[in-house]
Amino acid sequence: MARVRTGVRAVSAVLAAVLGATLAGCSSTGGKRAEERAAKASQGRANVDTPRWTFAMVTHSGDGDTFWDIVQNGAKQAAAKDNIKFLYAHDVEGNKQAQNVQAMIDQKVDGLIVTLAKPDAMKDVVAKAKKAGIPVITVNSGSDKSMEFGALTHIGQDETIAGEAVGEELNKRGRKKAVCVLHEQGNVGHEQRCAGVKKSFKGDLQNLYVEGTNMPNVQSSIEAKLQSDKDIDAVVTLGAPFAPTAVKAAQQAGSKAEVDTFDLNAKVADALQDGSLGFAVDQDPYLQGYEAVDLLWLYRYNRDMLGGGRPVLTGPQIITKDDAKTLAEYTKRGTR
Amino acid sequence: MSTATTAQADERLLRQGYLRRLMGRPELGSVVGAAAVFLFFSFVADSFLQPSSLSTVLYASSTIGIMAVPVALLMIGGEFDLSTGVMVTSSALVSSMFSYQMTANVWVGIGVSLLITLAIGFFNGFMLTRTKLPSFIITLGTFLMLTGLNLGFTKLISGTVSTKTIGDMEGFDSARAVFASHLSIGDVDLQVTILWWFGLVALATWVLLRTRVGNWIFAVGGGSDAARAVGVPVNKTKIGLYMGVAFCAWISGQHLLMSYDVVQSGEGVGNEFLYIIAAVIGGCLMTGGYGSAIGSAVGAFIFGMTSKGIVYAQWNPDWFKFFLGAMLLLATLLNAWVRKRAEASK
Repeated sequence: MARVRTGVRAVSAVLAAVLGATLAGCSSTGGKRAEERAAKASQGRANVDTPRWTFAMVTHSGDGDTFWDIVQNGAKQAAAKDNIKFLYAHDVEGNKQAQNVQAMIDQKVDGLIVTLAKPDAMKDVVAKAKKAGIPVITVNSGSDKSMEFGALTHIGQDETIAGEAVGEELNKRGRKKAVCVLHEQGNVGHEQRCAGVKKSFKGDLQNLYVEGTNMPNVQSSIEAKLQSDKDIDAVVTLGAPFAPTAVKAAQQAGSKAEVDTFDLNAKVADALQDGSLGFAVDQDPYLQGYEAVDLLWLYRYNRDMLGGGRPVLTGPQIITKDDAKTLAEYTKRGTR
Repeated sequence: MSTATTAQADERLLRQGYLRRLMGRPELGSVVGAAAVFLFFSFVADSFLQPSSLSTVLYASSTIGIMAVPVALLMIGGEFDLSTGVMVTSSALVSSMFSYQMTANVWVGIGVSLLITLAIGFFNGFMLTRTKLPSFIITLGTFLMLTGLNLGFTKLISGTVSTKTIGDMEGFDSARAVFASHLSIGDVDLQVTILWWFGLVALATWVLLRTRVGNWIFAVGGGSDAARAVGVPVNKTKIGLYMGVAFCAWISGQHLLMSYDVVQSGEGVGNEFLYIIAAVIGGCLMTGGYGSAIGSAVGAFIFGMTSKGIVYAQWNPDWFKFFLGAMLLLATLLNAWVRKRAEASK
């Protein structure tokens, strides 16, 4: 019995110590509290008196993707303002994404937001939604198929145009030899980005395929590439999480190559500020989610539609050191 | 068995009570699990019980179930196949690209695809029986090789990561009718894959329980050496099982192709585990020698209900994998418990 009591006493002593340390060691910067403060500033409340409609978004996102978190944050913000119940589902595989859309149609939602990363898989279900009288807006990928499938409009970035913007920026910076790092073999949008860069870039561009789910592998692949060709003076990554990795790889390889990236996140914003990254080209995922919900609401309420039968572009925006300072704060709260 | 003719009846030939026989079935645990999942989602998801929702659930189940049937047979035979997920994609890619590049009738491509997919299955089985290496290693190798071949060949031949459309080619419409049509009953669309699935389950159950081959499969899974000693053609049975997997991969692959008329070369990775999960939930033992085809269908149905039920219940999909894992554990525990009870009551 005495032994048990000593055990209990030891555990409570440890607990007390931990609690004490937490209280005494409060951080006045960052952490959960800073996040909550920021969140309070951006909260929304329904400002309309339309009935509570249900809008659903079905994407081709994988599990735990930061990009799609930001899209969702935008959509939820608009949903809060517009008195919308917002549903979300995702699957990387075309036929399972289509099944998820079908499941939303079965629930008779009032509006649908889908991505067309695998357009052929989505064709039939989008037609079914239309037949069931559900307005559909496409976001992110698939601007060329959106109208054909009967969606109201498309909100996103044209990948080729974004790639071209990167190529021009590289020209402006006097780069001669660049590597385009593709972290997902088989993604059509990624191929289009690199093809876009190639189109407008006056120097030489090579594609490098890496295994995006395995960060150490990404780093070693880029390192090997930079070591094997010392003339490379620019590395373009296609996703924000890969930019800091590419910076590390360049350091390890002793290369002077400038790292630039598609998309934005908190780390990229920081790296832009301290100069370890050249520039980022952003497609504003928050805006894609926000506008999709808001435009569906406008369509339901007033039969409004933006774009005039053409895609509504949310990018590309070239972000450099100067812009990064303001954006850094927004990236931390998960809206940029 | 000559012992059966002795005056004192062999205990193996004793007629068991109906309930006891039911308790001894491998799929019982999963049926109980399926009923529980069904009831659960009927209560928490308003739109789950609509006929159109159920047909969506059945369709989702069938795409897993078609592959879970041969995978279950293979597991009863004591082996694994990790290459199943990408084999489906390979099969679809072969028929699509062959038809397109040769400007051949779509059915020609489908035939070529059948031969090549069966060859992959034969390769798996042949390597396994020849090298005596664990099937885990052999099929892991095939899995990686196929993943590379899928992407490499598709980019080499089509120039992009997906194939070109064959939707306007001769024979496509009839092929679509066979592999990817749907029957409308009222306002409910039933996908033809559901029929394929039920057909395969019936066929596999008949083979397992009513034919000599079925006995061989159980014997091989129970212990290869013992099986060989009593004259079971162990190697042939195993190669046959792998070719059965390949055949069903071919059906799934053609469905994938005919539904969307193009194929993405990178898909299918990870699905092999779903098929194994369905088989295991359905009562297949990881060690072989025990399980059923109906169980695999119930397992696939549980999977379909869970994956779509979460959407109907309007839950956050971030938790999906957790539910799946928990379901797998629970189902396996339930199976183990039921089996122990069944054995105790004999």
